[in-house]
Amino acid sequence: MKNKGLVCFFSVLILLSVGGVAFAGALETFTGEKGEVRVAGGTAHITVMKEAATRIMKHNPDIHISVGGGGSGAGIKQVGEGLIDIGNSGRKAKEDEISRYGLQMFKWAIDGVAIVVNPVNKVRSLSQEQVAAIYAGTITSWQEVGGEDRKINIYTRDEASGTRAVFWKKALAKGSVAKNANFVVSNGAMKAVVSQDPYAIGYVSIGHMNETLAGVAFNTIEPTLANVQSGKYPIARGLYSNTKGEPVGLVKKVIDYLFTDEGQEIVAQKGFIPVR
Amino acid sequence: MRPVTEKIIERFFFLSAFISGLITCSIFVFLLIPGLPLFWGGRFFSILTDPWAPGLGQFGIYPMITGTLAITLLTMLFAFPLSLGCATLMSTESNSRLSWLLRKTVEMMTGIPTVIYGFVGIFLLVSLVRNTFVSGGSGMCVLSAALMLTLLVSPTMILLFCDSFSRVPHSYGDAVLALGGTEVQKFLYVTLPNSWPGILAGFTLAFGRVLGDTLIALMIAGNAVQVPGSLFDSVRTLTSHIALVFAADYNSPEFQAIFACAIFLYFFSSILAIAVRLIHDRRRIMS
Repeated sequence: MKNKGLVCFFSVLILLSVGGVAFAGALETFTGEKGEVRVAGGTAHITVMKEAATRIMKHNPDIHISVGGGGSGAGIKQVGEGLIDIGNSGRKAKEDEISRYGLQMFKWAIDGVAIVVNPVNKVRSLSQEQVAAIYAGTITSWQEVGGEDRKINIYTRDEASGTRAVFWKKALAKGSVAKNANFVVSNGAMKAVVSQDPYAIGYVSIGHMNETLAGVAFNTIEPTLANVQSGKYPIARGLYSNTKGEPVGLVKKVIDYLFTDEGQEIVAQKGFIPVR
Repeated sequence: MRPVTEKIIERFFFLSAFISGLITCSIFVFLLIPGLPLFWGGRFFSILTDPWAPGLGQFGIYPMITGTLAITLLTMLFAFPLSLGCATLMSTESNSRLSWLLRKTVEMMTGIPTVIYGFVGIFLLVSLVRNTFVSGGSGMCVLSAALMLTLLVSPTMILLFCDSFSRVPHSYGDAVLALGGTEVQKFLYVTLPNSWPGILAGFTLAFGRVLGDTLIALMIAGNAVQVPGSLFDSVRTLTSHIALVFAADYNSPEFQAIFACAIFLYFFSSILAIAVRLIHDRRRIMS
């Protein structure tokens, strides 16, 4: 009797540990590691990076991963100057940035940039010309595009933003932005201001969309993940992580983790399109 | 013969003062070196007066200078009378419950981090301004930032004013009362004139803080690059401009323009400090 109980106990223990290993899977490579990884830059990346960091640090508390923002420009500059280990960017690093800093780019997700308004606003579709005219300041009232007779409050992002770079190139066709446009410093901040302001227009990474914002169809194409994936929705870009030179050690493991099944699952869960 | 400890303490304080001064000067040198090409190229003054349009090759900071001045002056216009009034109430009614409550509230307010004010500003004040003034656009504007900054700097000013009121010797006030003067007369003709240096110090400190504040303006002033035409226009301050452009390339003209912003801020606050010092000295000679 006693033996049987012991056998039972051990088999359960073995099963549990095997199950545990299978579950931990991708995180197993972090066992026994120790150290700190500093991540900053693109603000669209933050949700995925935070989740990945939390999982890794939960698995092995000896590892500390800090995730900051600052914008794509800051991510590239800081990683190039050696201030951080991984610099995120929502655009490809430019040729001169790559050659000056010896950057390595890793594209681990595809993201769309959605034009957004407050849910109270009835406008749900704009053409490319209308978007460009609103941002240039030639269309100033929502009435002109089928909404209320109220002034349009334009929100845009700072120069360091990769989201801005993509939006400017693909939605504004490199057109000008009105002088009275308000500037915000992250995707999160854009979400906060547009969800507060009933007469706002702004743009965020599709991964940041939720019910506090209303997406606007661009040339009649809805800003959804499916449309980005099929290539129908044109305002899309890759999400990159950059390192100075070939990544080694813990930094390499963190980047590799983003490309594992589990990492890519986080990518999908946070509203982006996995690359694998 | 003075004790040795006193000498040591004296040296220590001298060293502290010397280091503080040295740091201030070296910051100026640090700003000046990268900013020098601007002076040599003769572009410094055009940068101060040009508009900001990187796409057109214009890197002027004139809109940011006007934005900074608009926010700073409006804030001081709100905050100075408010603080003076509040401090007056607190010191003339020093034994009442109201005064005690005010004092505790103000003391607590000095400890609130700036980012909390900014956060509250985005969610409460900005909506309030937008809904109150229908033509006011987004609500991210000079007025919102100035109101929030008033809340930020007033507590410090109030406490400094109160301290300087209480430093006026009691016997002065008693003399007024003994001569048949009222409490109001005592305050107006004795307390207020004698606490002038403290009021000036509080004003300078608050002015410098508003001028140098980055977060509130960055979060709720809207950061649009334009010369403000009304209180409801979105503006960008010099400090927010530095924060927003900082991520640009080191060698780019954008980055050089940041140094012009910093030099301007440095000059402006230095001139202010010197001016206040001069006024202070002159008053002392006169009295």
